[in-house]
Amino acid sequence: MKRWEIKKVLEREIESLPQGVTIPEAGTSENYITGTWRTFKPVIDFEKCTQCLFCFIFCPDSSIEVDNGKVVGVDLKHCKGCGICAAECPRNAISMIEEREEG
Amino acid sequence: MITRQVLALTGNAAVAFALKQINPDVVAAYPITPQTTIMEEFSQYVANGEVDTELVRVESEHSAMSASIGAAAAGARTITSTSSQGLALMWEELYIASGLRLPIVLVNVNRSLSAPINIHCDHSDSMGARDSGWIQIFCENAQEAYDMTIIAVKLAEDKRVRLPVMINYDGFIISHSIDRVEILSDEKVQQFIGEYKPEFSLLDRNNPVTMGAFDSLGGFYYEYKKIQCEAIDNSLQVMQEIFDSFELISHRQYRTVEKEMIDDAEIIFVIAGSFCGSIREKINEYRSRGIKTGLVKVRSFRPFPDNSYREILKNAKAVLIFDRSTTPGAKGGPLYIEILGSLYGVEKPPEVFNFIYGLGGRDLELDEIDKSLEITEKALRGEVVDRVHWISLKKKEV
Amino acid sequence: MASLKELAKRKDLLAPGHRLCAGCGESIIVRQILLASEKPVVVANATGCLEVSSTIFPYTSWRCSYIHNAFENAAATASGIEAALKVFRKKGIMKDDFNVVAVAGDGGTYDIGLQALSGAFERNHNFVYVCLDNGAYMNTGIQRSSATPMGAWSSTTPVGKVERGKQEWRKDLVMFAVAHNVPYVANASPSHFMDLIRKAEKAFNANGPALLNVLSPCPRGWRYPQEDGIKIARLAVETNVWPLYEVENGRFKINIKPRETKPVIEWLKHQGRFRHLFKPGNEDMVEEIQRKVDYEWKKLNIFERATSEL
Repeated sequence: MKRWEIKKVLEREIESLPQGVTIPEAGTSENYITGTWRTFKPVIDFEKCTQCLFCFIFCPDSSIEVDNGKVVGVDLKHCKGCGICAAECPRNAISMIEEREEG
Repeated sequence: MITRQVLALTGNAAVAFALKQINPDVVAAYPITPQTTIMEEFSQYVANGEVDTELVRVESEHSAMSASIGAAAAGARTITSTSSQGLALMWEELYIASGLRLPIVLVNVNRSLSAPINIHCDHSDSMGARDSGWIQIFCENAQEAYDMTIIAVKLAEDKRVRLPVMINYDGFIISHSIDRVEILSDEKVQQFIGEYKPEFSLLDRNNPVTMGAFDSLGGFYYEYKKIQCEAIDNSLQVMQEIFDSFELISHRQYRTVEKEMIDDAEIIFVIAGSFCGSIREKINEYRSRGIKTGLVKVRSFRPFPDNSYREILKNAKAVLIFDRSTTPGAKGGPLYIEILGSLYGVEKPPEVFNFIYGLGGRDLELDEIDKSLEITEKALRGEVVDRVHWISLKKKEV
Repeated sequence: MASLKELAKRKDLLAPGHRLCAGCGESIIVRQILLASEKPVVVANATGCLEVSSTIFPYTSWRCSYIHNAFENAAATASGIEAALKVFRKKGIMKDDFNVVAVAGDGGTYDIGLQALSGAFERNHNFVYVCLDNGAYMNTGIQRSSATPMGAWSSTTPVGKVERGKQEWRKDLVMFAVAHNVPYVANASPSHFMDLIRKAEKAFNANGPALLNVLSPCPRGWRYPQEDGIKIARLAVETNVWPLYEVENGRFKINIKPRETKPVIEWLKHQGRFRHLFKPGNEDMVEEIQRKVDYEWKKLNIFERATSEL
């Protein structure tokens, strides 16, 4: 079995297909961008944020970036803009901003 | 030097004994006639602590194969066993086992499929599963059932194969009749099968893998099916290699197509399973009367040794193919159709006839074999006869 | 149990980049449950939204070992994995221990997977079965299952002149599991995440099979705006439609008793699948649903009292 390379699979190198349709690597979907689905993006106001981590625990897309147990930002490569984080933030510290407004 | 140890065992007891010697990691099975006694005997080995196996007494055959897939994906040497409706209930899982390239061994004790419900032998169950991507091997007697069970483990797990293997032998006739079985020592069996090292395992904490991934349009389903078909084609050569290495420890020789008295044979019988014995007896009798007959015994049905059949059969005058199952709506039984395909393009091909026999455990009486030869001889004399015959059908007495 | 801050330091076992709908409840629940595991995890997933969205070859969102086998056999597949783990540990060729987790939707659990689940429970495999209960076959297009609530619209219980959505009450999965005498069974909701994570920890530590039946809000199937999923799940708890309780070795415990129970209308009115119930002439159905919720809540409280000394 040749070493698995996702790039080779995507380039349709049939020889690089792993045996039995197995994906021999963890979490490869990080390479798949779902951020383009978004029409509104969450913006965190860290002045208001109390680090309650509700946004982290409620995010369906593992897209609240945390560092050492603290919210530090949003992974916009993957955030689909569902708005649950904003809806659940007890301090209203997250606003959903329409993407094109930034222009 | 080979020390021969001979036991009197039923086919099922011989297989249970092989399972004990293989000492698989996981066995998941559900009772069904006529497979049941394999699992009863194996359960006793488990109860006695004679094996390390985790025996999962599942609640259905579907779960038997599902749990086998889970266990094999977790890197366990996994075996199951069933018959008939049980194999039918496993259906969708058979394709998943082969698609995921999991080397599960399944001992299928051949039995007819309902309706009407009938517990006796024919080959409908395994023949129906012939496109499921499993290697399928037929056995004639308890000895072969014992040997092939051991061989199946090594074949399935071979790095060049990595496919599930189904061993088939006739319900009751082989499974429940006591036969002479020469067994190998436990050490020999263990040495022969070796250690199983899976390509991927769910229980490798440092290398988490995703198995059974979803393939959408634009994906690789088509490519994977091609790869799978090539793998089963290539397994034919590996099978012969493993037969050869098994011969070294057992002095029992196997071929992917078994042939007997073929060299000068003008009329060749082809059959799978226990009735090889009846045909062999008849062939000996015909030969004593100067009729040059020969026998081809089906060993590997999947992969089908297409080239070997062509080479063996192409110079015969006639080939009589005995099918113990039907293909409703098609022109004959599955073995017949397969062999017709093998003979395509042969210059001056033999006359080929299909004899359907033994459905639902119906006996194949020796004079019926005579009748099949008579039909063939008629055709060889230029008379017009049907290609497909159902023999031993009940008829109103005149 | 670990605080949220401690949990946030753990590795998320579900990576982003999966293709579940925006606002899907399933990935929230899976993340919350897997964060509770202190051992490596191996997941056996039934066919469904989660499976088709998280494993599109060659992309996988799983950072733990994962297998999808088929629709009806997550519990049987998990049985095989657990048997392999057991034999490897027994033989001493494996030191690692794993949490074996089966995950399936309500269709794969209440309906087609029920037999396999029953078998795995009875055989006492050490695994956690998670049912992501969104009350319909969402992956195939919102067809009714035996978990679909009475009165709900689905694509196979449409609203017409004769029928007004689903005509039957839901199956009670928790009681089904309780009847198998498994050591741990819980009803949970992602809105009450600390409760769910605590239950997941208990399930992982139960010595034998455990069931987590988790309400999984579905914006497509329930017809609500994508940001409202957690709010609606919370309303299910606050109206007693989805009580949070657990059954440990037969002992019932209601984990959260709403101080002021909201009327069931509060739960129904935010979801398009119940819209027809608010049309004139359908008041009887809303009343009937309220009566059933009250009855079930009363029954649950009786069970709690009756089993308190077990």
